[in-house]
Amino acid sequence: MGKTTAEKIFDAHLVNEPFPGTKVLRLDAVLCHEITTPIAIDDLIRRDKDRVFDPTRIKAVIDHVTPSKDSKTATQAKILRDWARRHNIKDFFDVGANGVCHALFPERGFIRPGYTVIMGDSHTCTHGAFGAFAAGIGTTDLEVGILKGVCAFRQPKTIKFNVNGALPKGVYAKDVILHIIGKIGVNGATDRVMEFHGSTIGEMTMESRMTLCNMAIEAGGTSGICQPDMTTVEYLWPFISGDFASKEAALADYSQWRADADAEYDQTIEIDVTTLQPTVTFGYKPDQVKTVSEMAGTPLDQIYIGSCTNGRIEDLRIAAQILKGRKLAPNVRGILSPATPKIQQEAMHEGLIDIFMEAGFCVTNPTCGACLGMSNGVLAEGEVCASTTNRNFMGRMGKGGMVHLMSPATAAASAIEGKIADPRKYL
Amino acid sequence: MKTFGGPVLFLDRGDINTDEIIPAKYLTEITKEDLKPYILEDLKLPGFDAKGPKTRNARVIVSRANFGCGSSREHAPWVFEVNGITAVIAESFARIFRQNMFNCGMAAIELPKSDLDQIMSHAGDEDAVMDINIETGTLTMKGGGQQKSFSFEISPFDRALVLAGGWVDYADRKY
Repeated sequence: MGKTTAEKIFDAHLVNEPFPGTKVLRLDAVLCHEITTPIAIDDLIRRDKDRVFDPTRIKAVIDHVTPSKDSKTATQAKILRDWARRHNIKDFFDVGANGVCHALFPERGFIRPGYTVIMGDSHTCTHGAFGAFAAGIGTTDLEVGILKGVCAFRQPKTIKFNVNGALPKGVYAKDVILHIIGKIGVNGATDRVMEFHGSTIGEMTMESRMTLCNMAIEAGGTSGICQPDMTTVEYLWPFISGDFASKEAALADYSQWRADADAEYDQTIEIDVTTLQPTVTFGYKPDQVKTVSEMAGTPLDQIYIGSCTNGRIEDLRIAAQILKGRKLAPNVRGILSPATPKIQQEAMHEGLIDIFMEAGFCVTNPTCGACLGMSNGVLAEGEVCASTTNRNFMGRMGKGGMVHLMSPATAAASAIEGKIADPRKYL
Repeated sequence: MKTFGGPVLFLDRGDINTDEIIPAKYLTEITKEDLKPYILEDLKLPGFDAKGPKTRNARVIVSRANFGCGSSREHAPWVFEVNGITAVIAESFARIFRQNMFNCGMAAIELPKSDLDQIMSHAGDEDAVMDINIETGTLTMKGGGQQKSFSFEISPFDRALVLAGGWVDYADRKY
């Protein structure tokens, strides 16, 4: 019998199975940020275990609150910074070079097909876009990952999503994943890997695949996973051209991680995207979704474009295409947070930043800030935000605030009208 | 090993998420103890008072499906731990929250809905108390002059973590 991608990765990284059903895996990448890592560092010091298993496999960034907003966040940043220096962690990204972890680390070529990746951040599932097994974990798992380079997992079952068809106008990866979460529910993939197949995914850029995999956790999924293909190779080529004689050779190597045709799945779900419409959440759970037509007219106070879900260059291009020559409605404020410095610079060179600023947007430095109500765009009680982020929990972007999740196109259209609006009329 | 059991806090709703358990704005605290006042601060539930005596005295939480969904923040188990709550009983858990509980040597116990319905029926009992025995896999619900026992399963790995007091010491010895 064949294997799924996750099963192949588990087999290749298995250290041992201490108890039936629990597998301890060797890790290829341990990713760190300043919110969940400092407590792990403190605990390791307290236990007299201030060591790292391999500084080249550990990557760290200050991204949630940056530049630091107060003494507490400055202390968190300092703990991470001092630790990275102390242990010679070369891939550490500080103010000026830092950006949202799940956009920055892939951009640097740190994630490869077949990798095992953990981070103390639930949206680590993003990196499965490269054909990796990438899972969010807590601080204790992170601590053990830093110390020993291993992590224990229950062998997850896999749900196969066959996603087929050409995306209709105004419909993007974000709409596809919101639709899927709406279909299976917020715990529809708990203890499951969401493995994405089909022509729609084959046509998607790596950026779109990351958007898709980013929200696997919102359905409870352990990791989203896309199948490595030539798009994956092209994205990684600047980092791997020394390792392979040709792109074809890289593809042949990476194809070992593709699921076998006779792999066994927990479930197979067919998604026909040709009938999808721009999709928006309405409640406090990511599975509460409606079409933009049903939501049109909902009043707004803030528009937020950014985050590990939709702060990448193609997201900015799509939003700018709609905003070009137009203005924010007077009743709303707009905030753009490009996800990394590279994206911000590209957007500047392409003239996108001008378009956003002329429309009336505030452009911030790359940071997670507003998405989880920590900085740079926190909502007041009773305010409503149209947001390209991934979580609409009550109070997520500020106590008493309401969040409607949507694509960058829908957010841009909503910015112009000052209420939730259909992007298709602007495309 | 931690002790498990005591007064019960009933949270009769599914999908209670990590932002409700501990809002992100408190993730800048450097010690677990500093989280203590903010337990369940953003949870809106009829009859529930995050600052009330039921929350303060609780040692066990009983809830519904998909408890702890959302963020990976271990601050969620920690805010329970520093408030003396070492076990959560629910129909199901989000994967990361469940593992975080066991990794800290605490218990996340799944029971079928029918058992939870019986346990939830004690929500009005002022004297509702639960005894939990991790080694035998049984828990006993007492309250309103009634008493009933339920059996549960946790994986051998999770049981080993609870008995070892958590994953760091276990892993450093074995790997």
